[in-house]
Amino acid sequence: MLPTGLEILLLLAKVLVVLFVILTLAAYLVFAERKVLAWIQDRKGPNRVGPLGLLQPLADLIKLLTKEDFRPAGADKWLFYLAPAMAAIPAILSFAIVPFGAPLTLFGHTVDLQVADLNIGLLLFLALSSIAVYGVALGGWASNSKYALLGGLRGLAQLISYELPLGLSLVPVVMLGHSFRVSEIVNAQADGWFILYQPLAFLLFVISVLAECKRIPFDLPEAEGELVAGFHTEYSGMRFGLFFVGEYINIIVLGGLAATFFLGGWHGPLLPPLVWFWLKVFCFAFFVIWVRGTLPRLRYDQLMHLGWKLLTPLALLNILATGWWLMLRGLP
Amino acid sequence: MTILRDIQALLAGMWTTWKHIFRRPLTIQYPEEKRTPYPRFRARIILTRDPDGGERCVACQLCSAACPVDCISMQPAEDTDGRRSAAWFRINFSRCIFCGLCAEACPTLAIQMSPDYEICKRDIMELVYEKEDLLVDHGGKDPDYNFYHHSGIGVTQPRGTGEQEKPPVDVRGLLP
Repeated sequence: MLPTGLEILLLLAKVLVVLFVILTLAAYLVFAERKVLAWIQDRKGPNRVGPLGLLQPLADLIKLLTKEDFRPAGADKWLFYLAPAMAAIPAILSFAIVPFGAPLTLFGHTVDLQVADLNIGLLLFLALSSIAVYGVALGGWASNSKYALLGGLRGLAQLISYELPLGLSLVPVVMLGHSFRVSEIVNAQADGWFILYQPLAFLLFVISVLAECKRIPFDLPEAEGELVAGFHTEYSGMRFGLFFVGEYINIIVLGGLAATFFLGGWHGPLLPPLVWFWLKVFCFAFFVIWVRGTLPRLRYDQLMHLGWKLLTPLALLNILATGWWLMLRGLP
Repeated sequence: MTILRDIQALLAGMWTTWKHIFRRPLTIQYPEEKRTPYPRFRARIILTRDPDGGERCVACQLCSAACPVDCISMQPAEDTDGRRSAAWFRINFSRCIFCGLCAEACPTLAIQMSPDYEICKRDIMELVYEKEDLLVDHGGKDPDYNFYHHSGIGVTQPRGTGEQEKPPVDVRGLLP
């Protein structure tokens, strides 16, 4: 069935609204992070631009846009210019599969509050999260700087140590939800969130996700204490801004996915579905910021050790246990 | 089991930062709120006057000699009554490190540290303070002290009439 004009229009409107909301939220997540970190450190944080400092993201944007767009000598021109987009676009694309509210009825049509309800949505997320590391690795390599190169290499090596537990921690979700389709996974959690059945998988997922968005304690590709700024050392202006905003979009998207896969998506009592979903996302984002305010950066071998010797076996055992439990209960 | 200990340490750290979120910030919002410095705070240097209103500085160059960054310079001069003073006196605050050694060295308590710390300037040349910028019309931390009442032989008063000073002994009267 070909989509009608109205359906295409609705889809376009949905895409634009989601893009706008995500970008605005990412800008304000930067502000929220600075505020929360300041409170943790007994400071006040940004409070000069606008009431309570609320216009700070706008000021940051203007500053980034007016900075010189600098390319170091000897850098690979095309890759250097492309890498920030390669880091930011997969992060934005991942949100396409996140259902952020219950389906609405509009003009007699049922509109899913989800950009694309693919039958392999979960796999698409895993694929996009792996592609995002190309921006980091190629940006680091193209900069013609040793710190950036080391940061890019670390990004790649970090990817292979967290991607496995990340994928494996989602297998029990698929087993319980009987589908790769994200909307069906959410609907399977109408009676009980998967975190109740899969606390271990949730823990593994959260740890892997912290590594996925390159946040403390796994911010090895950036590692400002060791590598200046890691893979984006040589970037300035809005290209740096794209890396930066990509990181925060990633936090929102991964928060949305954590909510979708483990915390019941938009399901919840009393409050409307949209509110429930964003509440979960904000709680997740707060948790990520809180962890940043608390933990130091792991050493490089410690991350490898954690990923390969602890998280991966645990995830595999968890899959076995889930399968055994499903079989005992006689579920398909 | 070290892993249990590690998890406990993680949770303890998270709990500590959680408590700090609700603590009152220590920030002082500077241009609006200013903290009052203690009286002995070492900031902008001043040249004080004695209770009579005369300049205390006798241009002895001791502060200039004590200064580790050589930011003090002056030209000594002598009035007709024999009282010494500085013809010009210059402190370059762009070099001053506010160590207070000049104030310690001063024998007449003329040069003193004041708690006025707001001396930022756009133009660095404005940080070169001349004598008229440095002179204040009070005695600083010791307002009652007057150097010439104790010392300065025969300058402001005849010999032997200063405070805690005995009249000069007529050495001939000591002869047997």
